[in-house]
Amino acid sequence: MNHWIIAPVLLPMVAGALLLVLESTGLDAKRYVSVVATAALIPVALGLMGIAAAGEQQIYYVGDWPAPFGIVLVLDRLSGLMLLLTSILATASLLYSVGGDDTKGADFHALFQFQLLGINGAFLTGDLFNLFVFFEILLIASYCLIIHGGGPARTRAAMHFVVLNLVGSSVFLIALGVVYGTLGTLNMADAAARVASLDADSRGLVRAAGLLLLLVFGLKAALLPLGFWLPSSYRSATAAVACLFAIMTKVGVYAILRVHVLIFADPVYGGFSLEAWLLPLALATIVLGTIGALAASELRATVSYLVVVSVGTLLAAVGLSSREALAAALFYLVHSTLVTGGLFLLADLIGRQRGEAAARLDRSRAVYQPALLGTMFFVAAVAVSGLPPLSGFAAKLYILQAAQASAAVPWVWGTVLVSGLFVIVSLSRAGTAIFWRTEDTRGEARPVRGMEALSTCGLLAGALFLMVFGARALDYTEATAEQLLDRSGYVDAVLANDSVSTPASMKE
Amino acid sequence: MEAVFSVVIGVLVACGVYLILRARTFPVVLGLTLISYGVNVFLFVSGGLVADSAPLALPEITVHPDPLPQALVLTAIVIGFGMTAYAIVLALKANGEFESDRVDGEREG
Repeated sequence: MNHWIIAPVLLPMVAGALLLVLESTGLDAKRYVSVVATAALIPVALGLMGIAAAGEQQIYYVGDWPAPFGIVLVLDRLSGLMLLLTSILATASLLYSVGGDDTKGADFHALFQFQLLGINGAFLTGDLFNLFVFFEILLIASYCLIIHGGGPARTRAAMHFVVLNLVGSSVFLIALGVVYGTLGTLNMADAAARVASLDADSRGLVRAAGLLLLLVFGLKAALLPLGFWLPSSYRSATAAVACLFAIMTKVGVYAILRVHVLIFADPVYGGFSLEAWLLPLALATIVLGTIGALAASELRATVSYLVVVSVGTLLAAVGLSSREALAAALFYLVHSTLVTGGLFLLADLIGRQRGEAAARLDRSRAVYQPALLGTMFFVAAVAVSGLPPLSGFAAKLYILQAAQASAAVPWVWGTVLVSGLFVIVSLSRAGTAIFWRTEDTRGEARPVRGMEALSTCGLLAGALFLMVFGARALDYTEATAEQLLDRSGYVDAVLANDSVSTPASMKE
Repeated sequence: MEAVFSVVIGVLVACGVYLILRARTFPVVLGLTLISYGVNVFLFVSGGLVADSAPLALPEITVHPDPLPQALVLTAIVIGFGMTAYAIVLALKANGEFESDRVDGEREG
């Protein structure tokens, strides 16, 4: 049993607790602890991803209790990838926040660590109830982070965010109750094994539970018609928080990939077809996000709607649920998380230099550093709208290719391509308003600090990096998709209890 | 027994939904609490109902209730309590900032 598997959960937990103790000491000490703890997640995640890449699921039996009785953490290719992505995004947004965002409210660093604890835990756990607990941890931290900095706009957004998610949590619990009542287990592997031997009477109940879970995860992922909270929350959140939240919608997508592909995949045995349920909603999400991006009057709102578009594109690919489509979806997931995270930081940098106009798309003073910010905006716009030569182009191409095998190909192609065109229109409108149609005076002399430039460029460089190493990245995501669809492999690995040292008398 | 439980859960959740749709912070918090009560009772009985038996797996008791839902519901109660506390503080903050108890922060017209 490899104890490093639990490190991505323990490290932020210990760091978060330590940061609460350090509350009375200076800001520098807190920043130091927080940055070191977050940056340390990158080598840990890289190591874990290396282990997972070998192809076998690594199971961590918490407390050495055998599955399905104890809680298990499962490290496979998908969770390794998500852990690495989280650690990179978190490090970038934390480095950005050290520029001053972290002083706008209390306990930023501790909350940030607890948020990471919840996200990493959700990616690792192999137990449905444990997934609920980690969801709650990341939610309570996000409730606090979303009002970080204060102000009426944030309070209003947080009110909606909190109430919606509390209702979502209740629905989650109802679904878990139904799963436990019918399948008699909450261990994902055990549930997947038992669903096949379900009697005909219970299949409807299990299907209902699966759809309730889709509702909950869809709410987290901001799938239409559950995604209306996202634009107002993300556009009003502090930049570093909004950047970290780029992974939050992906937690919902991850949960759909994990739970629905594993347990609720077979329509015969209480499952349902993702293509019938998820695909139409995902395409509608793309349409809504595109209309929002076109109508937005502020750059941060535009970026928020681009997150909605990316969620729609991602879930459309998940909805196709073939091996190629899942591989393309995972590639797009990495790309869109890094680029939208970078765009939130960039929007803040731009807004800060324009004085009162902030990031509003109207005629105002020019930014203080037009060349630097203009170049960054151009690169980000190319990446996010899916133009060559950056990774957005490759990601969308893979998704379109994967859609060819489906009957819904005209819908997918039409929506994704037309939406791409309108995203380009909305971004060029934003770029024109901010950088070209300006008054003669320069904006506020608040030049970009080194750390802020580094974190923003680092995230945007991800798009270039993904393109250069595209073949290797795609190899990995294809292997991940294959592992995801190999349900019996997952079930066998978890229930084998290979590395449990419990006495034989207890195992019976 | 099952009928009583299902009616109780149904009434709790229905009242909760009604209160949340009032869209004013205090009823919304009450509604969330009622829904979580309903959900907790639902979780509690998800392992099946057993009447007239001790809640323990003792050797002389042949039919005993499932202990796992009890552990689950305990966790859910604790989490729900924390979340409700946060929602109340947030509602107070919103009330102070907007001088309105509507969840969208608008004043009465």
